[in-house]
Amino acid sequence: MSNDIKTDMTLDLKGLPCPMPVVKISQGIKKVEKGQVVEAITTDPGSLTDFPAWARINGHEIIETVQGDDEITFYIKRIV
Amino acid sequence: MEELQKQIDELKAQMGGMDAKIASNKLSMIVFSGDLDKALAAFIIGTGAVAMGMEVVMFFTFWGTPILRAKDKKAKGKDPISQMFGAMLPKGGSKLKLSNMNMGGAGTAMMKSLMTKKNVASVEEMIEMAGELGVKIYVCEMSMDLMGFKPEEIIDYPGLTYCGVAKFLEEAVNSKVQLFI
Repeated sequence: MSNDIKTDMTLDLKGLPCPMPVVKISQGIKKVEKGQVVEAITTDPGSLTDFPAWARINGHEIIETVQGDDEITFYIKRIV
Repeated sequence: MEELQKQIDELKAQMGGMDAKIASNKLSMIVFSGDLDKALAAFIIGTGAVAMGMEVVMFFTFWGTPILRAKDKKAKGKDPISQMFGAMLPKGGSKLKLSNMNMGGAGTAMMKSLMTKKNVASVEEMIEMAGELGVKIYVCEMSMDLMGFKPEEIIDYPGLTYCGVAKFLEEAVNSKVQLFI
């Protein structure tokens, strides 16, 4: 399913602990246009709750979350 | 009718002052502690808050003040008591100790090596990142004076300002979140 999502940018956040994943995504999302999608790959289990919280507060949309064995991939659409 | 107009006018006057009273999306934090763990927590929350779209102001006071000392700077002309404080208090983020399990420095050393291994940013790195993210830093003037610290031995941080309690309270009143660490 995630193969269907067209992404405009990929952020490799593997190996980064709190608070870096949300700091990096908040900077990264500004580099795409509204409506475009950022793919963010993390290894921090905390990001499973942090990314949705970040998206809710900042008004962006997490289209899909793919949980692999060691990695979590978020597809985030910039809304505002 | 006249009564109604009066009420409307009163409401309008109240509404006019509303904007100033609504707390902005800001985090005001007092960093009172100079422990490694607490300083780290303060900067993690501070930088995380920027990611959450908040404006962040950090006030360093008392034992928190030495966190901002530059390890490679010196201040001249200190009296003996200030010199003693200077020698006994940590010289910057890299010299902080754990609040718990310090064990004569062994615990702190172990924690630091763990942090490196697990890719956790050091306090010094966090300070640098906070600067890049636009976190504002205010330093308590009275703490500086009490401990005999001089501005020339404090780190280069964008927009670092010395202030008193009124500045903190002005920020705190207008902040949705206030923390004391």
